[in-house]
Amino acid sequence: MIPRVARAATTTDAFNAIAEPRRRQILDLLVTGELPVNDLVARLDLAQPQVSKHLRVLREVGLVDVRDEGRQRMYRLNGGPLKPIADWLATYEQTWTGRFDRMDAVLAELKQKEHGDGHDDR
Amino acid sequence: MDMTTGSRRAVVALPSDTQILITREFDAPRHLVWRAWTEPDLIAQWWYAERGEIVSIEMDLRVGGKWRYVMRASGGFEVAFHGECLEIVPDEKLVSTEVYEPVPHESAVNTATFTEHDGTTTLTLLVEHASQIGRDMHVNSGMEDGLQDALKLVDRLLASLAE
Repeated sequence: MIPRVARAATTTDAFNAIAEPRRRQILDLLVTGELPVNDLVARLDLAQPQVSKHLRVLREVGLVDVRDEGRQRMYRLNGGPLKPIADWLATYEQTWTGRFDRMDAVLAELKQKEHGDGHDDR
Repeated sequence: MDMTTGSRRAVVALPSDTQILITREFDAPRHLVWRAWTEPDLIAQWWYAERGEIVSIEMDLRVGGKWRYVMRASGGFEVAFHGECLEIVPDEKLVSTEVYEPVPHESAVNTATFTEHDGTTTLTLLVEHASQIGRDMHVNSGMEDGLQDALKLVDRLLASLAE
């Protein structure tokens, strides 16, 4: 095993963190709002140590925030680390939307030429 | 879906961990969409991205023929893509490889298909990365349920943030 070097969490780390179905389940539960760890354990039907392990991974990449309220540990969602991925996809889509809009103009011209020349083979 | 002329969104989907699928309808017969897709002087009129201009477009439309598109971005630097034509069915299908030159080891296979219904042509472009690369680029090997699921979750998370 390659030893893990301490470093800042990256988008890739956040993405890897949600590659695990249980962790996605946790985030899904937290979409509705802040929850104490005991509630998460009950709803996931998992042993506390496993839930804690997943929560630790999510916390390390910044996808959940935690605070103490009395004797409860409260977990809250933070989707910020995933935003670059959504942005990447939106940018990609925009690039192609722009290209295809220009292609519409090219096609309108081709159609006009075809009809003008009387070579419409359709 | 809005079927009138004017701006139509390109629909981008991620069917698997290694694929990107882009779909768009055009108000034109497919032999013209094919021409716009394959003839260099026509490609040059639409392929550039926002804030970029075309430097050169080469397309040798034969099996084994090479293509290369070069664009100059607003910062002045040039970006180039190239590849080879693998399969050509005129007006119907073009399969080619694509390499983004700064990352030459990450080759993809693009399959463009053209289908026509009542004068409307649907173009689908399937971008398939080599499995290893797709995995390395986007996710680790642990992505059991696919990128699409993960992105749906991302959407939900971001929607919850916006509230």
